[in-house]
Amino acid sequence: MAADLWTALFIAILAAFTGYEVIGRVPVLLHTPLMSGSNFIHGIVLVGAIVALGIAQTPLEQAIGLVAVVMGAMNVTGGYVVTERILAMFDRSKRKGGPS
Amino acid sequence: MTALFPDQGDLINAVYVVAVLAFILGLKAMSSPETARRGIAYAGAAMLVAVAVTFLSPGLSNFALIALGILVGGGIGWYWARVVQMTAMPQMVAVFNGMGGGAAAAIAAVELLSAIGNSATAALSVAGAVIGSISIAGSVIAFLKLQGWMRQKAIVIPGRQVINTAVLVVGAGFGVFAVVRGATVWLLPFFLLLLVYGVLLTLPIGGADMPVVISLFNALTGIAVALDGFALVNGPLGDAGYAMVIAGTLVGAAGSLLTLLMSKAMNRSLGNVLFGAFGATEEDGAAVQGTMKPIEADDAAVLMAYANQVVVAPGYGMAVAQAQQKVKELADLLEAKGVPVKFAIHPVAGRMPGHMNVLLAEAGIGYDKLFDRDEINPEFATTDVVLVIGANDVVNPAARRPGSPLYGMPILDVDRAKNVIVIKRGQGKGFAGIENDLFYKENCRMLYGDAQQAVGKLVTALKRSA
Repeated sequence: MAADLWTALFIAILAAFTGYEVIGRVPVLLHTPLMSGSNFIHGIVLVGAIVALGIAQTPLEQAIGLVAVVMGAMNVTGGYVVTERILAMFDRSKRKGGPS
Repeated sequence: MTALFPDQGDLINAVYVVAVLAFILGLKAMSSPETARRGIAYAGAAMLVAVAVTFLSPGLSNFALIALGILVGGGIGWYWARVVQMTAMPQMVAVFNGMGGGAAAAIAAVELLSAIGNSATAALSVAGAVIGSISIAGSVIAFLKLQGWMRQKAIVIPGRQVINTAVLVVGAGFGVFAVVRGATVWLLPFFLLLLVYGVLLTLPIGGADMPVVISLFNALTGIAVALDGFALVNGPLGDAGYAMVIAGTLVGAAGSLLTLLMSKAMNRSLGNVLFGAFGATEEDGAAVQGTMKPIEADDAAVLMAYANQVVVAPGYGMAVAQAQQKVKELADLLEAKGVPVKFAIHPVAGRMPGHMNVLLAEAGIGYDKLFDRDEINPEFATTDVVLVIGANDVVNPAARRPGSPLYGMPILDVDRAKNVIVIKRGQGKGFAGIENDLFYKENCRMLYGDAQQAVGKLVTALKRSA
């Protein structure tokens, strides 16, 4: 196996524990926004889609690459707006709830 | 480039490093109510620069197509998420998650077409394609069910475990075959069968369990993205791959934990959610005794106006009817009469954990009035009136009876209050398709109607009596 893959594997292990720890003791109240927020973060797939389309050569590869970019971009913007809209409600309620 | 970044690669990597850090900090911030909004802002900014810097990767072409794809996909996603009702948020998470899974599968397809000869890349891409395809197909079914464009109840095919497993094994077999033979022609049945598997996996899952399933697909998409990242790392443009490995694994791990927490909140195992075909089987025996007794809005208003306290238990019916503003009005009127009002929030009321909190917050009801299941349950015995608004399964005392399909699910013990008023559209069953014992109890009265109208009537009646 190439050295790069080993490096990526080490990184993945650390990232897995980070993800686990970061969510640790999250209140139920935040489950939905957090699911939505992490849904946005895997929108990083768009970066891979750009690379895939960028190196695509045959028309078939280009077509599939374009599908990847369109879907990835939907994941990014849709994921962001949904999360932002859910969280915006939390913010407003805090203001109405008086000084904290 | 400047002296700080001797070549493009350094600049690109530096940006990815910062972006990944912002993702982690953003996710961390999103796990606390005070900082949650900052969290999505961090992550959003990080995504923007990460996408922008990717255009600088050496050796890319097809820039016009890339820009077109981003504009079209980004535009659709942005517009759709903007215009959709807040009640539809759960299925929007499902659909955008599905898009991520689909993108991961498509990237894997491109990798397989162009680098099928490289066994490590091909094997990783096959794995990414398997998971990504399951995620998009399953997410789309989840979306269709939640949107009501498809029957929400569990759809059960006899012998489905065997069929599903066979589809998965044969499908993955085609993928392995394609890699071993180096023949891309086998990729078509490979992708088709995996999409079918995603559909078959999701069909037997009833609507009430969808949140858990969406969370699972969310985690799966993360893992698919990470696997694609591994495949890219092994290629000429590895930098983007590392960012995908980290962000994807982060989401995969966080999403898996979230999935477990959510099924725990419903007191079910993940295996039971996925393979139990929950709600498809009718409970036999133990027929419910008694009848449902209706009540008029005026009588209900009087009951509440003279209560020692009123506890409101909202559910999906309130969300559907957009009744939260009316509910706020009702609560204000009661408080003006000196009747304390509390809200009992079941962790899985609505279609997603936290769904009710979000809607009530939108209507301007303070956090101090919202109580968790465990906080409020001891209070029901001393409460005069509980107003159930469009909630069903989460207040079903059948959950305490061994043999009921709901058995073991922690519920709001509303039936222990002196009076229970249930606002409900008709006499139908809840999302899980199970008869609700509560409605037949001696202390329970039904106020039929759409949640917004019914609460509106209560408000009018209360104003009149003032």
